[in-house]
Amino acid sequence: MTHMRTPTASNPTRRAALGMIGGGLALSMAPVPAFALSDAQARQLIDTALGEVNAAIASGKSGAALYADFERIFVRYADVPVIARSALGVAARGASSAQMAAFTTAFRGYISRKYGRRFREFQGSRFEVTGARPVKSFYEVKSIAYMRGESPFEVLWHVSDKSGKHLFFNIIIEGVNMLASERTEVGAMLDRRRGNIDQLIQDLKSAG
Amino acid sequence: MFSRALPVLGPVLVAAVLSGCTAPPPASGVHDPYEAENRKVHAFNKSVDKALFSGGNKKDAIPEPVLRTVSNFGGNLGLPGKVLNSLLQGRPEPALSNSFRFVINSTLGVAGLFDPAGSSFGLPESDTDFGETLHVWGAGEGAYLELPILGPSTERDLAGKVVDSLIDPLGFVLDGDDAKIATAAKIGSKISDRLRFGDTVDSILHESADSYAQTRLLYLQNRRFELGMQVENDEDAYDPYADPYGQ
Repeated sequence: MTHMRTPTASNPTRRAALGMIGGGLALSMAPVPAFALSDAQARQLIDTALGEVNAAIASGKSGAALYADFERIFVRYADVPVIARSALGVAARGASSAQMAAFTTAFRGYISRKYGRRFREFQGSRFEVTGARPVKSFYEVKSIAYMRGESPFEVLWHVSDKSGKHLFFNIIIEGVNMLASERTEVGAMLDRRRGNIDQLIQDLKSAG
Repeated sequence: MFSRALPVLGPVLVAAVLSGCTAPPPASGVHDPYEAENRKVHAFNKSVDKALFSGGNKKDAIPEPVLRTVSNFGGNLGLPGKVLNSLLQGRPEPALSNSFRFVINSTLGVAGLFDPAGSSFGLPESDTDFGETLHVWGAGEGAYLELPILGPSTERDLAGKVVDSLIDPLGFVLDGDDAKIATAAKIGSKISDRLRFGDTVDSILHESADSYAQTRLLYLQNRRFELGMQVENDEDAYDPYADPYGQ
């Protein structure tokens, strides 16, 4: 295993955030047969999705209009319901289906704003897919990210076809796991509301 | 020679013993018995950060190339210590590449102000420290710690930091004003990085619902990744489809 080291303590956090920005919006899993994801396909899929993100930025839109574009891309390439449910953690068990639907929508907007806001930092980056392999019920696509002025670093994409098509559900940047990070964040927001999911949903609508 | 080596050996042994004494690290998860104290330190660090770095004005006052140059200069001075640690870990390859890096950037890079080794010679910095050396020697991670000003750490990494400051080869070569300049450069380098990566740090430190928990999670996950502690164990991989509620 090669380690791409970060020169400072503040770097990993930045990469984590940046990776989520790019990654969250980046991975495309277009219709390919289950468990037949080759390196070439994976590379092409990532390029396609990154192209969409870059096009959104190049459109000259800003603020809400740009975040709306990111949200559409996120919905197309990520398994949003699974990511949202996982971020909510055990509290998802006690939630009604109406609450889950409202939470998922609010979460989607929150993620798009949170990572979309700083997306410009990520411009000019390049991903090189180095391999794909099955893990448990899903696929792990390994890539190296090249950012201007930074040492290259590893980004892993977890992709599943359990939803009926290939969608990503987790991104791991130099060990930092997006699902774990968002579960910590959403868990803290829920604690602040003493476990009240409806209030959490209201908070999420303006968070990020 | 011996008079120089002796004061070094002492802390090395102390650190090794200290780290060895702490509870064995959980392979994953968080071992944070000092959470109450850590949270107080975190609140303090956050207020310091806010006082020093809040507001876009300060951030934009210094242009990015200047920040990068300061960062390069300080980073270059840290290389001899990294070479030493790689050797202590029995890893000649990163020791060699960092040595080349140090030579190239100290000469062609004008005393480390620029980074031709990284940009033209394909020699990015290979980061390491005595905390990693302790890990390689078998010391456990110990409890999570948040240190005043220095930020997130663990018992093992704190011991590493102490030893690193004592065994830095530069410290044996430089003295007087040169040593002060080197120390200032390293601190300047940290501050530059804080400014360069400002937005991301801001979002974690000042916009998270629980910035302490978020910082702790990011630090531990990334540190374990750096040290290769996250062995590729597919059984531990998180699969939300197998466990949609995320136990």
